[in-house]
Amino acid sequence: MSEPSHFKLDGEDIPCRPGQTVMQAAQAAGRYIPHLCWHPDFAPHGSCKICVVKADGRTVAACTFEARPGMQVENRTPEMDDHRRRLLNMLFVEGNHFCPSCEKSGNCTLQATAYELGMANFHFDHFFPDRPVDASHPDVMLDFNRCIQCELCVRASRDVDGKQIFALAGRGIRSHLIVNSASGRLADSNFAVSDRAASVCPVGVILKKRVGFAIPIGSRRYDAAPISAEAQPSPPPAQGERP
Amino acid sequence: MSSATLESILDRHARQGVRLMQILRETQEALGWLPPEALGEIARATGLTRAAVESTANFYSFFHTRPLGHYRVLWSDNITDRMLGNQALMQALCKALWLQPGRVSEDGLVSVDTTSCTGMCDQGPAVLVNYRTVTNMNLDRVQAMAALIRARVPVAEWPEEWFQIADNIRRAGLLLDCPLAPGAALAAGLARGGAGLLDEIRTAGLRGRGGAGFSTAQKWQSCRDARSPAADGARYVVCNADEGEPGTFKDRVLLTRCPDLVFEGMTLAGLAVGARRGFLYLRGEYRYLLDALEAVLARRRAAGLLGASIAGSNFAFDIEIHLGAGAYVCGEESALIESLEGKPGKPRIRPPFPVTSGYLNCPTTVNNVETLASACLIAAHGGAWFARSGTKVSTGSKILSVSGDCAHPGIYEYPFGVSVQQVLEDCGAQRTLAVQVSGPSGVLLAPDEFERRIAFEDVPSAGAFMVFDETRDMFEVARNFAHFFAHESCGFCTPCRVGTAINARFMDKIAAGHGSRDDLEQIFRMHRLMQATSHCGLGQTAANPIFDTLRKFRPSYDRRIESLHFEPAFDLDAALSRARRMTGRDDPAAHLTNEHQP
Ligand SMILES: Cc1cc2nc3c(=O)[nH]c(=O)nc-3n(C[C@H](O)[C@H](O)[C@H](O)COP(=O)(O)O)c2cc1C
Ligand code: SF4
Repeated sequence: MSEPSHFKLDGEDIPCRPGQTVMQAAQAAGRYIPHLCWHPDFAPHGSCKICVVKADGRTVAACTFEARPGMQVENRTPEMDDHRRRLLNMLFVEGNHFCPSCEKSGNCTLQATAYELGMANFHFDHFFPDRPVDASHPDVMLDFNRCIQCELCVRASRDVDGKQIFALAGRGIRSHLIVNSASGRLADSNFAVSDRAASVCPVGVILKKRVGFAIPIGSRRYDAAPISAEAQPSPPPAQGERP
Repeated sequence: MSSATLESILDRHARQGVRLMQILRETQEALGWLPPEALGEIARATGLTRAAVESTANFYSFFHTRPLGHYRVLWSDNITDRMLGNQALMQALCKALWLQPGRVSEDGLVSVDTTSCTGMCDQGPAVLVNYRTVTNMNLDRVQAMAALIRARVPVAEWPEEWFQIADNIRRAGLLLDCPLAPGAALAAGLARGGAGLLDEIRTAGLRGRGGAGFSTAQKWQSCRDARSPAADGARYVVCNADEGEPGTFKDRVLLTRCPDLVFEGMTLAGLAVGARRGFLYLRGEYRYLLDALEAVLARRRAAGLLGASIAGSNFAFDIEIHLGAGAYVCGEESALIESLEGKPGKPRIRPPFPVTSGYLNCPTTVNNVETLASACLIAAHGGAWFARSGTKVSTGSKILSVSGDCAHPGIYEYPFGVSVQQVLEDCGAQRTLAVQVSGPSGVLLAPDEFERRIAFEDVPSAGAFMVFDETRDMFEVARNFAHFFAHESCGFCTPCRVGTAINARFMDKIAAGHGSRDDLEQIFRMHRLMQATSHCGLGQTAANPIFDTLRKFRPSYDRRIESLHFEPAFDLDAALSRARRMTGRDDPAAHLTNEHQP
């Protein structure tokens, strides 16, 4: 195996292998690049744009951009974090997010990322979209008000569960999540609470019933430490193992 | 619809999911809309999920999953249509039909709404009636149309002259003189062979006419060299005739006047890259061209210029026409390919680029109509001949679609390097305040820039040239464009999906007299964000018109802005008006504003 090459992330050396994205390399090295639609278990999607970085002067999405040796990448600079705060702002005003009453509060990636980036206020007027809740399924409810269109459920259901239960329909600001059934209701699909898609939602759209508020707000995932503290270096791949 | 009709549509498309767009279009043409049972049936037959079918049906403006009337009248709403009075005409039509824009009449007979630019800017105001183009609308036509609709006269029996579309070629050059007999360029190309043809294209210095100006030789070479994952080594040629950029209509005229040049260019591209199949992606607004183009393809097949053994050689190539359904973003090459595959037109992650992984993940070259027509000329006359026109880095000619405030709107073909001023003189423009070159995603030029030249090295253009004279309000121009982008954003990425919607709201807020300096500051920052972080060219350029007008025509904003700092868009007192109506109150205590307080 050849010696790993490196690129610079905010001035620090990060090892990278051919084919690895900036996000993957940073994650493996225990560095946090803010993100929402990226998840290590799924193919990169590149839609939320929270992971914007500047690579050799070009603004790109870290989750889809290949890491190249010698590259200079700016991540937590005031300019990139300013972009991120604005994008988060836009995701908040686009949906209906009432954090204090949300079951996901404290476990929500959107909320935790906003705290991490110090998003203090809203620059834009809220859209207040009309998005009915689907509580038809016996074990899971869907509160579309909080959807950020990351398509993690779409990918999990398609790529892991082999079911293709979720899809996005519509265009532009009218784009929205739909369920694969004739009635459009989750109860009429073959969705199961054991599906990977049932536990992948980073916000509070896909919620399991009867376990709400089991862990009190204040003791939840991101209550103890900020989201950036979760990034940990992963062990290097064993000899001969494919990256 | 009888299930027999649907069955025959499905059979005609071999029940293939990649043909979903055409299946949906034909189903809708048969039934007027796409009912849930039909979507379910299509899903079952194609093996797609129901959600996938709904996803595509819901993405495109011209597909409807609820009934929208026997007659659907869509007014082209480009700024040039507005300048020709489309808003008053639409209101007159609605009044004559007793309905609200965007609503279906209570008897389910008719709906009237707006649509993005239909590419008839030189003969507007234009409408689409059941997706057929009517040009030159005026009050007489509005009244007559209302009467025909009320009398339920089928659109096929409406006055023929309404559907006539003029080419308005004002200045012809290399391309529009159409100097080639069908097959001549192909014979020369076959004699040179694929590699020899590529050399000529390289010598010609041909660059893409679709906007980006990428080297055509380089694109074809990459496609030729890329490894195809298909067992049969499949590669594809796509002609981009989506022409959705408001103010652009030159591809429409090329396809009307010189379809052989375009199809032969595609065939030659096939020869150069090693493809056997090509697609013409024709925007839904140009549905009226479909039958004529199919006839040209049939004639070329009969003449041995398409098919299994072209001009007696062992080169095989054929072309299929794929009709779009009202989505500007499908002009972006990777979104176009998604659409060709039957999916919503959302741009892919690039790289990989289409030349290595395009249609069905095979190497695919996507080229503009005008690029392919130029390639055909080059094959016939040679690269050196072509390079003699234009400038050093912008060889050949450029076709401009001229519209707006000028005496002679229409099609003007020039050698690259022509000045904006020259075009203005030729089209009879007077007291010009501004020119929007290359459409809303292009650049807005003020009079001190009219000496600049149309060329890749100065002002690049995908073809649009919209003229505004001194009577025009540039703020309203930018507002129209802001709504265009909000309507056309595919919704995939955050900055464009939400940013275009926010920009449209900002512009409406300013138009309503509630704008503030803070809003302008937010608009500047939004422009920077969208430019830097959007996933494709649509979002990256969507704030250009606002940015350009703010920089060059600031007074048109300033006179609308009273407040120096922050002003909310939300009017609390107005919001209470419904409660007042419901309770029948209008006393001072039912109002929030100071004047009404005791
Ligand atoms: C939003 C958007 C819309 C576009 N629309 C068109 C179009 O209508 N026609 C076109 O030829 N190119 C269009 N393009 C450019 C295409 O992506 C692509 O660059 C072009 O078709 C390549 O052809 P060329 O090399 O011949 O210019 C568009 C690009 C974007 C980002
Ligand atoms: S920039 Fe706009 S059109 Fe392009 S991918 Fe993003 S949302 Fe879609």
